[in-house]
Amino acid sequence: MKNKSLVSIQDYSKEEILRILDLAAEFEKNPHQRLLEGYVIASLFFEPSTRTRLSFESAVNRLGGRIIGFSEAGTSSVSKGESLKDTILTVANYSDLIVMRHPIEGSARYASEVSPVPIVNAGDGANQHPTQTLLDLYSIKSTQGKLEDLNIFLVGDLKYGRTVHSLMMAMTHFNPVFHFVAPEELKMPVEYKSYLDNLGIQYYEHTDFTDYIDNADIVYMTRVQRERFSDPMEYEKVKNVYILKNEMLKNTRENMRVLHPLPRVNEISEDVDNNPKAYYFTQALNGVYTRMAIITSILGIK
Amino acid sequence: MNAKIELKVSAIKDGTVIDHIPAKDLFKVVAILGLDHIDNAITIGNNLESAKLGKKAIIKISDKFFETEEINKIALVAPEAKLNIIRDYQVVEKKVVETPKEMVIGIAKCMNPKCITNNDKVTTKFTVLHEEELALKCVYCEKITDHDHMVIL
Ligand SMILES: [Zn+2]
Repeated sequence: MKNKSLVSIQDYSKEEILRILDLAAEFEKNPHQRLLEGYVIASLFFEPSTRTRLSFESAVNRLGGRIIGFSEAGTSSVSKGESLKDTILTVANYSDLIVMRHPIEGSARYASEVSPVPIVNAGDGANQHPTQTLLDLYSIKSTQGKLEDLNIFLVGDLKYGRTVHSLMMAMTHFNPVFHFVAPEELKMPVEYKSYLDNLGIQYYEHTDFTDYIDNADIVYMTRVQRERFSDPMEYEKVKNVYILKNEMLKNTRENMRVLHPLPRVNEISEDVDNNPKAYYFTQALNGVYTRMAIITSILGIK
Repeated sequence: MNAKIELKVSAIKDGTVIDHIPAKDLFKVVAILGLDHIDNAITIGNNLESAKLGKKAIIKISDKFFETEEINKIALVAPEAKLNIIRDYQVVEKKVVETPKEMVIGIAKCMNPKCITNNDKVTTKFTVLHEEELALKCVYCEKITDHDHMVIL
């Protein structure tokens, strides 16, 4: 994994994924390690994403590393029309690793081809966001004590949601049973379902969101966005269907946890927040440990 | 009998005959091989009956011989195509096109408008998926460009 860019979750084998999760657990136990002393990490956010950027910066800062970069393209030479290749080659001179977020799909893979230093993809448009997937996996493992044989419910926008696609693909290593809960217009795409069929992994599809979740180990919620609907009437019909309310958790399993990539809009009622089964804020904290693990692993320090 | 008549009308002395092109992809093949930009005598037959393809097309190009890489480009749209190399009215060599096994670089366009290859000076690169019809998976944006959406650069 040393010097290997992380562009897509599929760049990592099952063993590599597990290694990152073990390292993340070490960092959770002992987050104060000055392992990045003397290292410079570039953080290039060609589009703003405060949440992801702060998580990476926190990870680097806690490990004693320095950060250079920009938080939106408007303040950088990119706004003067510099090509991605030129930006990457320039920044690579000043840094040991580049974290990048870019609105164009495939930009991170391209950057990894031209860059002499490793690239960590912090989101390339609707394509990939592998550090989110690894922190989701870490959250599942931390709360369930294992990744194998779990009942995973994915709820909301399963058509466009890149986080659910990547999480689903990564979980296929661990013999899950999936339940897809989505409106007709935002169903899990056929290509992903046939991928599961080929692997012999069980899944069930639901359009209503009710007491099915009683046997869930993980309920992973996502936003259902108005702009995804071609017909505004369809949105009006479903907008209140995929909302998790506290009373729905009454008969759920003791070990069940609710995850969400955040930010949420209204898909999880605020009355869920105080339920011990709500895990989404801790999930965000796990992002820091996971990113510590990813960066130190790629730099060959861990 | 029909075959014989057809041969007589359009036989070429020296050159290449490309047969078994799906009729709907004739003009893609013309574009890929740059046949719309050359001065050679070209005979095209389209919508001919074919047991295998339904409707097929055939192209005969006088005094033109293709390099293997050049001809393999048409495998993306006409994987069943067969070539006869003609010298002095005789078929001297038969060739089939070969689908690229690994990467398809710089030939086709990614159908995803948000892909880096459609937004920056980046050469397209695909892995080949052999599903019912040939499809290409973009190495960059990871989206699949299927046969019907294939645009050759
Ligand atoms: Zn692409």
